[in-house]
Amino acid sequence: MNEIVPVVEMTDIAIGFPGVKALDGVDFRLFQGEVHALMGENGAGKSTLIKALTGVYTIDSGTITVLGEPKRFSTPGESQAAGISTVYQEVNLCPNLTVEENVLLGREPRRRGSIDWKGVRSRTREVLAELQLDHIDPGSLLSTHSIAIQQLIAIARSVEINAKVLILDEPTSSLDADEVNQLFRVIRDLRDRGVAILFVSHFLEQVYEISDRMTVLRNGKLVGEYMTRDLTRMSLISKMIGKDMEALTELDQASARTRASNGAGVTPFVEAKGLGRKGSVSNVDLSIYPGEVVGLAGLLGAGRTEIARLFFGADRADEGTIKVKGAGQKIRSPRAAIDKRIGFCSEDRKEEGLIGDLTVRDNLVLAMQASKGWARRIPRRVQDELVAEYIEALDIRPANPDALIRNLSGGNQQKVLLARWLVTHPELLILDEPTRGIDIGAKTQIQKLVNKLAADGMSILFISSELEEVLRVSDRVAVIKDRAMVAEINNDGVSVEDVMTVIAGGAQ
Amino acid sequence: MSPLSTLTPLTVKKPSPARNRLRGGARYAPTLATVGLFIAMFAVGAGMYPSFLSGQVFLNLFIDNTFLIVLAVGMTFVILTGGIDLSVGAVVALSMMVSATLLQQGWNPGAVIVLVLLIGGGLGLLMGLIIQYFDIQPFIVTLAGMFLARGLCYVISLDSIPVTEAFFTGMAQAQIPLPGDLFVSPGVLLALGIVAVAFFVLHHTRFGRTVYAIGGNEHSAMLMGLPVKATKILVYALSGLCSAIAGILFSFYSLSGYSLAAQGMELDAIAAVVIGGTLLTGGTGYVLGSVVGVLVLGIVQTFIAYDGTLSSWWTKIVIGGLLLVFILLQRLFARKAG
Repeated sequence: MNEIVPVVEMTDIAIGFPGVKALDGVDFRLFQGEVHALMGENGAGKSTLIKALTGVYTIDSGTITVLGEPKRFSTPGESQAAGISTVYQEVNLCPNLTVEENVLLGREPRRRGSIDWKGVRSRTREVLAELQLDHIDPGSLLSTHSIAIQQLIAIARSVEINAKVLILDEPTSSLDADEVNQLFRVIRDLRDRGVAILFVSHFLEQVYEISDRMTVLRNGKLVGEYMTRDLTRMSLISKMIGKDMEALTELDQASARTRASNGAGVTPFVEAKGLGRKGSVSNVDLSIYPGEVVGLAGLLGAGRTEIARLFFGADRADEGTIKVKGAGQKIRSPRAAIDKRIGFCSEDRKEEGLIGDLTVRDNLVLAMQASKGWARRIPRRVQDELVAEYIEALDIRPANPDALIRNLSGGNQQKVLLARWLVTHPELLILDEPTRGIDIGAKTQIQKLVNKLAADGMSILFISSELEEVLRVSDRVAVIKDRAMVAEINNDGVSVEDVMTVIAGGAQ
Repeated sequence: MSPLSTLTPLTVKKPSPARNRLRGGARYAPTLATVGLFIAMFAVGAGMYPSFLSGQVFLNLFIDNTFLIVLAVGMTFVILTGGIDLSVGAVVALSMMVSATLLQQGWNPGAVIVLVLLIGGGLGLLMGLIIQYFDIQPFIVTLAGMFLARGLCYVISLDSIPVTEAFFTGMAQAQIPLPGDLFVSPGVLLALGIVAVAFFVLHHTRFGRTVYAIGGNEHSAMLMGLPVKATKILVYALSGLCSAIAGILFSFYSLSGYSLAAQGMELDAIAAVVIGGTLLTGGTGYVLGSVVGVLVLGIVQTFIAYDGTLSSWWTKIVIGGLLLVFILLQRLFARKAG
């Protein structure tokens, strides 16, 4: 047999943005007639690699060859001309135009300079029939179709181009199980016709179902290329998060925390049943008792933050029920959540939480002032007392209420954010990645603080991508996988490996 | 070999036929509403004033608004991409000033017209380039263009300059007879010709479809490999060119150049386009709708002229009211369709 030439070969690709190396020396190859999964946590560089291949970003160094020919893409048009077609997560078609136009836009058959609309119609019918989608009316507006159908229409567009490479970026994230199966049938059919397919998804099970080969990225670097059948789910996960098995098992087991009494007769502070939101997460059954720390464990992008947002009302749940202190409630907005004494320290403290140009004092007082209403200003004397109290309690440095937030270190910013919620005395505090990007000392302080708050009777929902940290602080761990809650584990000596087994295994 | 035959057809949630028809119709609904409004206004006018119901009153709507029709054509392109062009009124005034001044100095009218078209198109092109390459809001860039063009008018002259040149006065007085004792001006034919060309371009060329695609979702259009940059720049150049043509038509109509002329005409053009059913957010609308929009504005003016007792400012108030109603209607249609 001759040596098979990859359809796409990317060698030593580097792309940098100010302050970040998004891709660093990454190699990637894609062969005809395979489904190749690109794996990695959020921020690993998957999207950047795709955008390099589709001409949205220009590479800083490295080479891209398509069918052996070196290429340099600087616009999406150039990449498409080379036979590379992409279907993005948020369908990139024009909702105001018809199905047939979306399939053929920019390549409409013409007669003497005028678009041949009859030709457009018949060509669209041909392509749709090839994909067994002939029940879609080519003349209907795109916006009248569901996301699943729109995605298939986007695929029809790439079939029309005769694409040699089809990139599917998170195509299944807003589809239900039926729609996913139908999409997979179309993908397999295209693969059997020799199309090289690059598939990106957060859903491990789907990746194992559809892919033949996978490339794993981590922090912008290549981890390796593997045949899907040779790579167990466990080893894939450890490659994605960058810790090998031995190191993981050696890690500290959960330090003994006196477990809260949540026996019979105690009402949970919140109780969610079948909570979910279309296109986000589903099937969350989770109760949090007073004085209890519940950890959410799962890979980045598994749906942890989404669950937090549902509890805080930042996204509205459209299925299931949620009870606060035993009473059926709907949490319609963050404001309603705050009224019910729920606080949420967001994952992105710069974007969503803190205001960098205000002082420590101002940031601390913000949440409290908001809950009192703007008309009743908190007297300066009370402010000073409060601020001094929390600066001392949380050991915020510098201990200067008038320091600007943006000049504080990440750990101290996080403490201010925490303090900001603590002054409102929440009964449930949701902490989304409270220790990300902060040094080990501050990390320990925050973990200790979480334990202390729980001991004082607060309910805490703790989210972290570091499994060992989740296990260290939580009484119970809810395991999140593929945007649903798959298991709930009582944390009595559970190891990181146990949790990973649950994530790697199927549901339950 | 191919597993195609094993593919089961995908289940589509089929909208009921009635719903489907509604949705298909919803695309034309705002424009049809405008046509209905125009007919209703004409009927009311005919009921109130017997002389209203004449072919010539209808044709005068065109004759008196040739320049606005041409402006609305250019503006339709711009608004379809989701942009806006505030400079058109000032470019009309500049075109009038330039032609009046040069004609007074004895330039050949043909050369004057070519120069004016170059100035208008060039200004539009420049604004398009700035909007695209510096990624600045069209609102701001064309506002700056408006001040520039208006300022240049004052530089040329503060006073009104009469046009006495033979070709221009000839065009002002020329009447093209139609059967039944009716007539139109040559400007009307030119304006309708431009409308026809614009219709063809928007609906039967890739450029036109790209204009719609950009208005629907600019990012998608870019990712689909459409020439988004070039199209956006060209759209502003087209609008500038239309403004220059409108300026010449307005010169035929008024036979003078005056730096304060065509004040606020950009807003009339935007109003006509919106009343004609084009969404300000882009992507939906028809150039023929914009023509009907101009006719609606024209008939409001005719009404007020017939009444004789109302101040002409009532035109503005009625147009403002109509604009509001139509934007609310669009919002309702968009909600239903969504």
